[in-house]
Amino acid sequence: MADIAAPAYRIIPIIPALKPGAMEGVRSFVANEKIQEAIGFPGQLVEDWHDRAIARMGELLGKYRSLKVYMDACVHCGACSDKCHYFIGTQDPKNMPVARQDLMRSVYRRYFTLPGKLFPKLVGARDLTREVLDEWYTYFYQCSECRRCSVFCPYGIDTAEVTMAAREILDSVGYGQKYSNEIIGKVHKIGNNLGLPGPALKDTLEGLEEDVKEDTGFDVRFPLDVKGAEVLLITPSADFFAEPHIDGLIGYAKVFHATGTSWTLSSMASEAGNFGMFIGNYEQLRKVALRIREAALELGVKRIVVGECGHAWRVAYSFWNTLTGVGEGADPNDRFAQMLQKQLDHRYRQPSHVCEFTWDMIQDERLTFDKSANDKYIITFHDSCNVARGSSMGGYPGGQFDIPRNIIKAVANHFVEMSPETTHEKTFCCGGGGGLLTDDLLDLRVKGSLPRMEVLQQVADEQGVNFMACICAICKAQFTKIMPIYGFDRRMVGGVHQLVSNAIKLGNK
Amino acid sequence: MSNIEVEGKSYETDEEGYLVNLSDWNTAVANYLAKTENVEMTDQHWEVVNFLREYFEEYQIAPAVRVLTKAIGKKLGADKGNSEYLYGLFPYGPGKQACKIAGLPKPTGCI
Repeated sequence: MADIAAPAYRIIPIIPALKPGAMEGVRSFVANEKIQEAIGFPGQLVEDWHDRAIARMGELLGKYRSLKVYMDACVHCGACSDKCHYFIGTQDPKNMPVARQDLMRSVYRRYFTLPGKLFPKLVGARDLTREVLDEWYTYFYQCSECRRCSVFCPYGIDTAEVTMAAREILDSVGYGQKYSNEIIGKVHKIGNNLGLPGPALKDTLEGLEEDVKEDTGFDVRFPLDVKGAEVLLITPSADFFAEPHIDGLIGYAKVFHATGTSWTLSSMASEAGNFGMFIGNYEQLRKVALRIREAALELGVKRIVVGECGHAWRVAYSFWNTLTGVGEGADPNDRFAQMLQKQLDHRYRQPSHVCEFTWDMIQDERLTFDKSANDKYIITFHDSCNVARGSSMGGYPGGQFDIPRNIIKAVANHFVEMSPETTHEKTFCCGGGGGLLTDDLLDLRVKGSLPRMEVLQQVADEQGVNFMACICAICKAQFTKIMPIYGFDRRMVGGVHQLVSNAIKLGNK
Repeated sequence: MSNIEVEGKSYETDEEGYLVNLSDWNTAVANYLAKTENVEMTDQHWEVVNFLREYFEEYQIAPAVRVLTKAIGKKLGADKGNSEYLYGLFPYGPGKQACKIAGLPKPTGCI
């Protein structure tokens, strides 16, 4: 890994010179038989993969009208081509969003359109050969499903959905990715992406109680499996394990403590992340989400609050309602969804993001801060892609941008924005999202973070920024890993609730 | 899957060089794995590796970085109970690199 170097910053950030095939050799490890079969996929590439892949594609086209529209609507205008961080960083033309989608679109034309069936060459239609299938695997696992390109698409094509469909087709013929699929297996077997068993979780939480007591003198609790608690906190398991994630967890606990909120974690649902979305598999998406409903029903909680995890918040905000019955739109015939609807307290948004929770408490003047505790930092905020483009907060458009920033400004004195071309809905992915946060893709991850690093460097140089806050476990892990390669200190990255934790006063209220 | 050859014996590893069978681990294997990671094992490294194995034995997972730093701090003094010290020993990241040398499975997820 030592040979991985950061690409040079661009002097003029325009469309980079093309390097065809630059990333064709970068392939994420393929899942083995054990990993595949544990979550119900064929163990290895099936013999009749061609027919089954086309059949699965046909099913998806029938099930998701959107996918068919996306296959048909693109006019190759090129608006998306230079909007992808992976294209900018790798210069591989197949990482242009339009070209990546065309890997599937060309196959779609061949099998599902009349001109493609009759005159394939004339309309750029291709047979699904083994080479094409391999190309799908390579390049659909070089997309982080961040949807930045979609923001610029005049037809509103959701390119992430194309990537998800391609991955689903690959999984259905036994061609899965080790990283994502192993993690999904661990969720079902152990309860979280890490594979952190209940006793280890308990031990970690007890250790945190000791640490916070030592630091602050207050008995801040980290409760686990407490029946009758008001709030069930669903947070990424990295919050229990990794740095700087764990400092954010301490922040949530302090907010609950300072506001006198009874809360609990669940050992059964000790994971907010849902990699079922990354692989575009509805059954896994639902199955992973249902653990949360089961835990909520069992513990009898009134509110479900989601910790700092980007794609989890997208799943929670956008899909939990129909998947599990958390939020509006629960299936009237789903008995457990209806039970949960009755149980939850609808004076609050269900689910709530922990930033919404904290911001509400700040507005209600139930939290006080010593802002000077963050004076050593000049802070900027990195919008995480799934929060920015796949969700909202606060019940109004743009709340997902305002609320985390409002919190930072409430707990710290120095806040600076990065270039507006790279924030809010135009934010760049950290480079590790969508199931790509794995060591075997480190080269891609380093290159993909180039546009974010360029603008971070700019505010670091011009305004002295020395802390980049974010609200996603993937962003935190990715930046911690790649920023030293760009010459930054890895401790420059942390959660919004890490800043809250630094400044919150536990004694006054 | 691939194999490594240590002192005439063959051991199964995964694509990333982690031992497949926990029970295959011994100090010779650890030294070999450390070499592949460009880590020169010292007493300080062994302290960490041994703690990881003890923790794993009890909890079936490697400890959180914070648990590890605390334990090392208690054992070796407060100046060593921080992640900088651990990164100094295991530059690729104490979580993954030290786990590999300790023969433990790689922690997965958003870490």
